Amino acid sequence: MNKILAGLLFGLIFGAIDGATSWFYPETRGLVGGIMVGSSFKGMLVGVLAGWFAQKVQSTRWGIVVGSVLGLLFAYGVAAMEATKEKSHYLEIMLPGFLVGAIVGFLTQRVGTPRVAERREA
Amino acid sequence: MDLSDSVLEHLRSAVALPDLSGTRYELESEIGRGGLGVVYRAHDRELDRPAALKVLDSALAGEAQLIAGLEHPAIVPIYETGTLPDGRAFYAMKLVTGARLDHYLAGTPSLAERLRILRRVAEALAFAHSRGIIHRDLKPQNVMVGEFGEVYLMDWGVEAVVGTPAFCAPERPLDRRSDIYALGATLEFALPASAPPALRAIASKAKSIDPAARYPDVPALLADLERFQTGLAVEAWREPLSYRLRRFGSRNAVLLWLLAAYAGIKFLLFFLRNL
Repeated sequence: MNKILAGLLFGLIFGAIDGATSWFYPETRGLVGGIMVGSSFKGMLVGVLAGWFAQKVQSTRWGIVVGSVLGLLFAYGVAAMEATKEKSHYLEIMLPGFLVGAIVGFLTQRVGTPRVAERREA
Repeated sequence: MDLSDSVLEHLRSAVALPDLSGTRYELESEIGRGGLGVVYRAHDRELDRPAALKVLDSALAGEAQLIAGLEHPAIVPIYETGTLPDGRAFYAMKLVTGARLDHYLAGTPSLAERLRILRRVAEALAFAHSRGIIHRDLKPQNVMVGEFGEVYLMDWGVEAVVGTPAFCAPERPLDRRSDIYALGATLEFALPASAPPALRAIASKAKSIDPAARYPDVPALLADLERFQTGLAVEAWREPLSYRLRRFGSRNAVLLWLLAAYAGIKFLLFFLRNL
């Protein structure tokens, strides 16, 4: 399994988990399905990009940094989209998004076969 | 005329010195005795460099041929073999300056350094076994650690006449599995008192009394050492749950901290929202 695929899978899983935690907020409980789909999609994007980075650069520290930044950016995008004049959830979306990105960034560094190994085996 | 004991002793040692006429070597001093031969420090006149000369009984001349065919970074290279005027066989090899492993360990090197040395010894042994050669007398006294940290396995192919029982396998005749026994005993010798149970288990497995219970070959032992050094479970030891959890924690500390931070942030945000 290459790192991009690994990133995709981890992003999907952790994105879904992150989205599922919206169930604990009464105002979003009814929308949990849609939130999970959106969060999973966001997670997959973060995972694919983090996995691509992990193919190029093998560094756990930088993997976490890049994953965190990607997670934060996409989470900002989501928070900005759903923000209204009355209410916004920047903190509730961006902070966990930042950490999910860090986790996915870390996992893509540790799991999956880097491209160099694949070429050597071929 | 009566001769004093010291003079007699000097004459005895002079008579025993090998006659190197006809060779390009100049005798300097005796270094030690091992493998049924005497090792001398000598000077190579042609290449102007030091060398170690091992003088053997003619019956053991095959030792040199055994080692000369082994080219490995941890096996002392043989420069030349020959026969002295008195009929004794000799071989010239690289003069290794350093310390025997048992002396080197007295300096309390780190566990990582001890394992590095043992791995080099095991790699040399695995290489020799792949060429059909057995050491037969592996022990800390036959491992040299050079001044630059290089490791050499010495005294090949000669079954010890007066061996060290602690490092000698019980079965006869000796074979590859006997070398694995000796490697396990040497590993056990090299481990500090505070060594982890996994490493002691690797050493114990290698020096099982039953040859069938030992590692099947040296690469299998090396693989278990590699697993230990990368934080994985070793085959030689069925670790208790507490050790398994501790090992999992240390291998995945970063991930666990990130997950804990995520859970903590989620809880905090939920808590703040409901204040």
